[in-house]
Amino acid sequence: MVKTLDDLAKIRDKAKEALSQRAGEQATKIVIGMGTCGIAAGAREVMAAILDELGKRNLTGVTVAQTGCVGLCDKEPMIDVIKSGKAKVTYGRVDAERARRIVAQHIVNDQIIGEWVIGTKV
Amino acid sequence: MKEISLHVLDVIQNSIEAGATRVLIDVIEDQARDLLSVVIADNGRGMSPDLVARVTDPFVTTRTTRRVGLGLPLLADSARQSGGTLTVASAEGEGTQVTATFGLSSIDRPPLGDMATTVGCVLAANPSLDVDYRHRSGEREFVFRTADIRERLDGVSFSDPAVYGFIREYIDGGVRRTEQGGDVSPR
Repeated sequence: MVKTLDDLAKIRDKAKEALSQRAGEQATKIVIGMGTCGIAAGAREVMAAILDELGKRNLTGVTVAQTGCVGLCDKEPMIDVIKSGKAKVTYGRVDAERARRIVAQHIVNDQIIGEWVIGTKV
Repeated sequence: MKEISLHVLDVIQNSIEAGATRVLIDVIEDQARDLLSVVIADNGRGMSPDLVARVTDPFVTTRTTRRVGLGLPLLADSARQSGGTLTVASAEGEGTQVTATFGLSSIDRPPLGDMATTVGCVLAANPSLDVDYRHRSGEREFVFRTADIRERLDGVSFSDPAVYGFIREYIDGGVRRTEQGGDVSPR
């Protein structure tokens, strides 16, 4: 089906409703490395998978942000998961499939996937 | 990079790091001249003539975490391999315009790739950025403007995953209709 600008109204109304429901809720942030190294290694597909998974699960309280190269190019694509009040967890060599599992296990169920973690920082 | 759209994403990261609030992307498939041209223009802080002259040298970068910058050199290489060129024009305080051309029918040209995901991801991570994306193929044209969408969103952010999903499908449909024909006017 062809998407038209009129289809936006429904999305907007749903988003507004979700926004009012989660007022005061603690936010989670996911940061994706989007330097040249990250992009060449597949960061865009990782980000697309995360956004798709958040959308499917209706997880609107999660912010997705980006950063440049942090100097660990061989570990790209890298993502940070920052839950409020908890240490930042950095995953390395993420792909679309792993990204979806990180959303399901870490974001939703609060279980860090240790074998993919390359660092944590308070 | 496997796709030209990944280079576009990479160049836009430069724009964002240069403080741009507005980015224009122009993709023109010119069958008559057998040329694919991709223009990315921003209103970021721009570069000095000296830096512009050296910008495709991989040992030039503005960042401090490492001493090499591969984004533009990779794009220049990719353009050249298909018989095209890379031109960078910039004025300090005004902005930068990167123009890459490719031989449209060259077998050494990477595919344009997924422009919809590139633009969708840029907006999801930078929801206040203004992006105009124009895609022309022969006589047909598709234009996407964040200003049109923002008006309708009425305060809802481009970072909302459902909005991202919409943007992706909307642009993908527009690009396909432009490349393959049919009615391209977004209704």
